[in-house]
Amino acid sequence: MKRSGLLTFLIIFTALIFIGRLFYLQVLNNSYAVPALNSSAVKTTYDYPARGYVYDRNGTLLVANQLSYDIMVIPREVKPLDTLEFCSLLKITKEDFIRKLDKATHYSTRIPSPFLIELSKNDYAYLQEKMHKFKGFFIIKRSLREYPINAAPNVLGYISEVNESMIKKNPYYQLGELIGTAGIEKTYEDILRGTKGVKYIQRDRFNKEIGSYKNGIYDTLPVPGKDITLTLDSKLQQYGEALMVNKRGGIVAIEPSSGEILALVSTPTFDPNLMVGRERSKNFTKLYLDTISNPLLDRGLQGEYPPGSPFKVITALAALQENVITPSTTIRCINNKYHYGNRTMDCHCNTFGSPIELNKAIYRSCNSYFANAYKKAIEKYPTSTEGMDVWSNHVKSFGLGNYLNNDLSVGQKGLVPDGNFYNKWYPNNRWTATYNISNAIGQGEILTTPIQLANMTVAVANRGFYFIPHIVKTIKDKELNSKFTTPINTTINKEHFEPVIEGLFNVFENPRGTARGSKVSGIEICGKTGTAENPHGQDHSIFIAFAPKDNPKIAIAVFVENGYWGSRWAGPIASLMIEKYLNGATTRPWVEQNMFNGSLQHEYEKELLQETIDIEK
Amino acid sequence: MRSRKTNIFYGIDWVLILFYFMLVLFGWINIYSATITEEQFDIINFSTEYGKQLIWIGLSFPIILLILLFDAKFYEKYASLIYLICLISLAGLFIFGKNINGATSWYNFGSFGLQPSEFAKAATALAIAKLVSDKQFNLKKINTQLQAFLILFFPAILITLQPDPGSALVYTAFIFVLYREGLPFYYITVGFITLILFVITLYFGFSYTLLGSFLLFVIILFYFIFYRKRALKKGWVKILGIYFVAAFFIFSVDLVFNHVFEQRHRDRFNILLGKTTDIKNIGYNTNQSVTTIASGGLTGRGFLEGERTQGNFVPEQQTDYIFTIVGEEWGFLGTTIVILIFTLFLLRIIQIAERQKSKFSRVYGYSIAAIFFTHYTINIGMVLGLLPTIGIPLPFFSYGGSALWGFTILLFLLVRLDANRSYEW
Repeated sequence: MKRSGLLTFLIIFTALIFIGRLFYLQVLNNSYAVPALNSSAVKTTYDYPARGYVYDRNGTLLVANQLSYDIMVIPREVKPLDTLEFCSLLKITKEDFIRKLDKATHYSTRIPSPFLIELSKNDYAYLQEKMHKFKGFFIIKRSLREYPINAAPNVLGYISEVNESMIKKNPYYQLGELIGTAGIEKTYEDILRGTKGVKYIQRDRFNKEIGSYKNGIYDTLPVPGKDITLTLDSKLQQYGEALMVNKRGGIVAIEPSSGEILALVSTPTFDPNLMVGRERSKNFTKLYLDTISNPLLDRGLQGEYPPGSPFKVITALAALQENVITPSTTIRCINNKYHYGNRTMDCHCNTFGSPIELNKAIYRSCNSYFANAYKKAIEKYPTSTEGMDVWSNHVKSFGLGNYLNNDLSVGQKGLVPDGNFYNKWYPNNRWTATYNISNAIGQGEILTTPIQLANMTVAVANRGFYFIPHIVKTIKDKELNSKFTTPINTTINKEHFEPVIEGLFNVFENPRGTARGSKVSGIEICGKTGTAENPHGQDHSIFIAFAPKDNPKIAIAVFVENGYWGSRWAGPIASLMIEKYLNGATTRPWVEQNMFNGSLQHEYEKELLQETIDIEK
Repeated sequence: MRSRKTNIFYGIDWVLILFYFMLVLFGWINIYSATITEEQFDIINFSTEYGKQLIWIGLSFPIILLILLFDAKFYEKYASLIYLICLISLAGLFIFGKNINGATSWYNFGSFGLQPSEFAKAATALAIAKLVSDKQFNLKKINTQLQAFLILFFPAILITLQPDPGSALVYTAFIFVLYREGLPFYYITVGFITLILFVITLYFGFSYTLLGSFLLFVIILFYFIFYRKRALKKGWVKILGIYFVAAFFIFSVDLVFNHVFEQRHRDRFNILLGKTTDIKNIGYNTNQSVTTIASGGLTGRGFLEGERTQGNFVPEQQTDYIFTIVGEEWGFLGTTIVILIFTLFLLRIIQIAERQKSKFSRVYGYSIAAIFFTHYTINIGMVLGLLPTIGIPLPFFSYGGSALWGFTILLFLLVRLDANRSYEW
């Protein structure tokens, strides 16, 4: 080899190695390659749109946004300033100022840190004028929720910061962002939220921002959230909440012709504004830990109770449909007892053995009559299982025993037993209708939530169909889900409803009707009282009603825990709600005052005391 | 026939000058990209680094003219003097120099600094050329070898003491020149084997390397015993000697590495050999550099579009890591073109050196080919993560007046000598 060849060889050899290495690094896929928008040089920032407003059915603003102002600081950009003036503007002491600035400096001298958060609008107005004097400080606006009307916290819900598991489920969210966690804020999150805008910002190696990435060609604009109008009538809602003060329970009022929820009261309630701002976490914990009155439980949607006597309406309709009774079928209720086998069931109809037909059975709430009808309906079929299944289907067609599949964030299924349910308890068909005769009068195994009861009332009021009860009336620029506008038919023929409704009408109109005391002159109300037995304490007070009798405008279910009997609390409350909604005012101030001032706290305390004693035993 | 008396550009090699301008221009474009900020978009702005570099480039033209103006013989005649002046200026640093980043490599004239080590390369190349071109000179003799090594030793040791060992390392380039001019091949072999042994020892640890070399020795011994018995009889002392020297070297590598080197030097080797991974502190530069190049892809992000470049992620990007900008903004195509230009440039210098009738010119040409090659290999090797971090500039690309002028002088001395090739000396 010529001696001059060595260097030449090395030059070419080196070139090949370099090009090979470059090919590996730049062209072949390798661990060094970084995706364009994910590299450490580009920071992604988000532009959050204003969340949509929420109105009630009459256009009253229920949920709005309020701005809060945070002062941010970039320590290395802070120039000497008039500390005294700055502190007096912010209403902080000089020590505070030094401490806060030190904290920010400690975090990072180049990245903005919050200096003082959630300034009031007034402070902001003063400060804004002078802000140019204080280099390194700047103000950012944040949007918070505001509830102008103190009502329906259970419906409206609230927003809070997302947690890790939500982020995992939905990659849209980043840590620190807000998400609807309850009520319609949760169910209509996507609509209220809008879509955040994205900005890509070029950073240098100190993480300092030096301008927009590629002049913003990848940036997107935020899409503002849409406003929502609820079906709720805020006046009725507030009135309901006022009536339920110091009583636990729920009121659900629905417009039968559309399935729109007019009021959804759950008590004890709380001010929705507690769920906003700096105190949110503290307030939430307080409400959450209140396991005695449990304000975060929406009793209208989540409370599962035995329906009691209002369920007799369904028993009657099922028996009529199965042709085992007619409106003129009579029985005698002797000594207020219903006898089956060698057992008896108490009755409170006080008819003294006179023959009673369906109408009277309803307005006197005769247990014997419906137990008889139930027994006949089950025994119509060769086996109890078949009979039970048919009956169960009739009941379920009223929306009982399953989720209503609506747009509310919480709910419960309730329970409607079928043949298999009892086969598990009593195998080989070893059971008959008398084993579960309590179902006939809404006790037994049956469980319903107040909204299911209200919906059942709607189906009766409509003479055989209902719409899925829903809370949202209109969304700006968007169609309502068609499932809320399609009627759902029950399995009961239309003609069977009239005699039952006559009976319900007589509950108010007949001088011996169970709710005659709640009668409202000028309004034809149909309803049914209920008293659900409660093994833990005083019986629950239940009432369902709709009005007017023909072409009904409102159907309502009221549930008052430990309210003794139906016509004591639930009945008057239901009638007042109906009167208020239909006439805009009530004519019976004495009833109203009784409800406003009436308290069941002593009952709840008694129950608590009893539980304490039980525990100590 | 026109002569140099009427035209100083007569006979100069335009191909070489074309390469020179290509490299300087593309280098400046990348410096511009590295040092531009959002506020300043004007190209002529002398408060910025790209503006200053433009001044250095502009001022290199008078220097070029000055070099071309002198007679070629002048450089041969005064080579020793130039070398001496350079040594004095290097020594003077220890008295008058300014300490920047821990090294006393600069003379300061107001806001303007000069780095004599950048010019010492040209002076040393002239001195070596002068020495080797002497008709009495024979590199086969150990005496003359020593003379040559001494010429290299003085500037190298002065630069090492600054301390700027990276720049001193460049002087090893002259081994190619001396080999070309007759230095026995075993210098290269020994150098190469030393390097391999060094890396192997660091990688496997000295005990394993020692064991490995012992096994190799035994195998070689068996080979000789069975097949070359006669050769063994004569050469067993030699074989044993080589083995002991190698074993000693392995020992001393371990000793030097662990006790003489500073931690930062050890870190650089360990990272390169994959024994340590730390992309935050000691490995930050290399990791950023390699990531930045990789993010360029096939065609690059485009001029001024490299996000890591614009975000100043790579430290010293306009100087030692300038090649990362080429990598990110111009991609594989850009880097390959730069590598090809450098390769052709180096080959052209060798070609020019080989066509010289004068031995002085040839040795000088060969010297600068070796110097440019060493700079370019060490720099790009470091940037690509193939060699340890050694901070020396990429010729014509890196920001810095002294470096640019030093390389310009280095190159145009050859252009001047080459222009004289058809004349008798």
